[in-house]
Amino acid sequence: MLTRRVPIAALLAFGVAFPLVFTNPAVTTDAIYTLIFVAWAAAWNTFSGYSGYISLGHAVFFGSGAYFTGIATRDWGLTGSEVFWLLPLAGLLGGVIAIPFGIFALRVRRHTFVVITIAVFFIFQLTAYNLAITGGTSGLLAPTINFVTATYNNPFYYVAFCIAVGTVVISWLIRRSRFGLQLRAIRDDEDRARGLGVRAMRVKLGAFVFSAVPVAMVGGLWWYFTTLVDPSSGFDPLFDVAVALMAFLGGLGTVSGPVLGALVIEPAYLYFQQHVASTYLFWMLYGALFLVVILALPRGIIPTAAEHIGNWRDRRRSDDAGTAHQPVESSAGDTAKESA
Amino acid sequence: MAKFLQAVTDGILGGAVYALMAAGLTLIFGVMDIINIAQGVLVVLAAYLSYVLSVHLHIDPLLGLLITVPAMFVLGVAIEWAFMRRLRGRERTAMSLLVSYAVAVIIEGALYQAFGSTPVGYLPRYAVASVHVLGFYLPYIYLIGFGLAAVAMAAIYLMLYRTKFGRSVRATMQDKVAARLIGINVDRVAALTFGIGVAVTAAGGMVFGATNTFNPDSGYDLISRLLSIVILGGLGSIAGALVAALCMVTAEEIVNIWQPTWATAVYYAALVIVLLVRPAGLLGKQEARAQ
Repeated sequence: MLTRRVPIAALLAFGVAFPLVFTNPAVTTDAIYTLIFVAWAAAWNTFSGYSGYISLGHAVFFGSGAYFTGIATRDWGLTGSEVFWLLPLAGLLGGVIAIPFGIFALRVRRHTFVVITIAVFFIFQLTAYNLAITGGTSGLLAPTINFVTATYNNPFYYVAFCIAVGTVVISWLIRRSRFGLQLRAIRDDEDRARGLGVRAMRVKLGAFVFSAVPVAMVGGLWWYFTTLVDPSSGFDPLFDVAVALMAFLGGLGTVSGPVLGALVIEPAYLYFQQHVASTYLFWMLYGALFLVVILALPRGIIPTAAEHIGNWRDRRRSDDAGTAHQPVESSAGDTAKESA
Repeated sequence: MAKFLQAVTDGILGGAVYALMAAGLTLIFGVMDIINIAQGVLVVLAAYLSYVLSVHLHIDPLLGLLITVPAMFVLGVAIEWAFMRRLRGRERTAMSLLVSYAVAVIIEGALYQAFGSTPVGYLPRYAVASVHVLGFYLPYIYLIGFGLAAVAMAAIYLMLYRTKFGRSVRATMQDKVAARLIGINVDRVAALTFGIGVAVTAAGGMVFGATNTFNPDSGYDLISRLLSIVILGGLGSIAGALVAALCMVTAEEIVNIWQPTWATAVYYAALVIVLLVRPAGLLGKQEARAQ
């Protein structure tokens, strides 16, 4: 237990100290975007990774959160850090949207589910284009904020950090819970799970609604930070696919996998974006990276690494078998593998 | 009323072309159990090929099909061989979506690199002219597109139901393991089917390019329509794709008379409503147990 607590505490301390150590705004800006995607990937994984229902429509919640925060800020005349108090409301809105969306979409499985989420996504994007309240094509601008320039990014950073950590903690709690087991039973064989008494619809819907909340919250934060949302940036299909890629890279259905994936891919994405001269060349590179990840590491980093470590432990144990023999250790190793 | 009938005619003529592109998508799904997200951008790629042939090399786009169809077929076989074949395991469904999306992003980037983002179009001579039948204006290019789609769909049907290869395709659709056991080379069937599914985009792209201006970004609009069509028709059902394409495009044309801004929403709204009643789509089989 101790061996896992120490690195997690170190990681948290690093996260808290990060903007105090790296004061360069360019670095903290990238860190904020990365944290937004950590929260998104962890939330997405809590639904899609655990249940096996791949959603490519979570940008619906992201965009709705962004638009809600934008509209509320404009209409209620909020400024400065007041806007951050809108984020829980944005999360609530995401959850509320997820209920009818989920009731409808979760009636179908596999490919059809994926396509339905894409279709709902396009309905939302089209709505944002056509309504008057969303500002149409020109979108919504954030008010100028009078934060001190030197520490301008810090409030954004810590809000993003809190949302990301909270999402990962809840994702971890869900995975350990009865609810999480039911979700994974649905992933393995939904009909059999129902036969065993899992109320599949309720469980799936619960996870879907939960996963919408943090995504809508970071959507609102993202709007306030980038200062602009328009229909094509708020409802961006590339975001959905990027998040799925993060989860796949790290390990779909594990707690730490999507976090690791987001920590690798988003900075890489930002680096490419800033350093590759041609946007189009950058896209081709990104697509190629994508293919390499999926074809070379189909199960993701965390499960693959866990297996290697497990094998290595087994080998060591069998080497020691002549001298020492501790069945206790074997069960501990398996637990670590399972909950990695 | 005249407007209404004109919309219906346009919808049926235009819908046939969508039916052809969707048939490729649904055929690939039926055989391989994967959805090719790249289908939209492949149509755009085919349209650019026709554009290059007609504007730069002065080859008539209709004649150019002799070049573009084989080219797209080879590209399809190559994509299947290089990427799709390598996907295994429980998450194959999701991974196939991501892989084909990645392929789409690469092609889109390459198209931007080569042609820029300015929308282009090419109008063959006959595309401008139209015939006047019973008070309707029927542009020749729509008729040609309709004819092309009809011929291609008929060819696919004959191929599936009258040839030995078609029989092995249908066997693979029904049961991959059993097909392999009776000596069908399932990998070869998959590669050729993917090739055929992509080759139809050559014809679709040629008509699409002649009737619209397009840029590399146009693929997103196309793929979202095509996906709606194949889901509405029932995944894996070519007849379903045909019916759904005709219905959806006609419905869009009709709504377009009163509400141009919301016309595309018809696609998705129709999808939502139909799936509430029939989750398997119009002509789809009831979904078997997952995996």
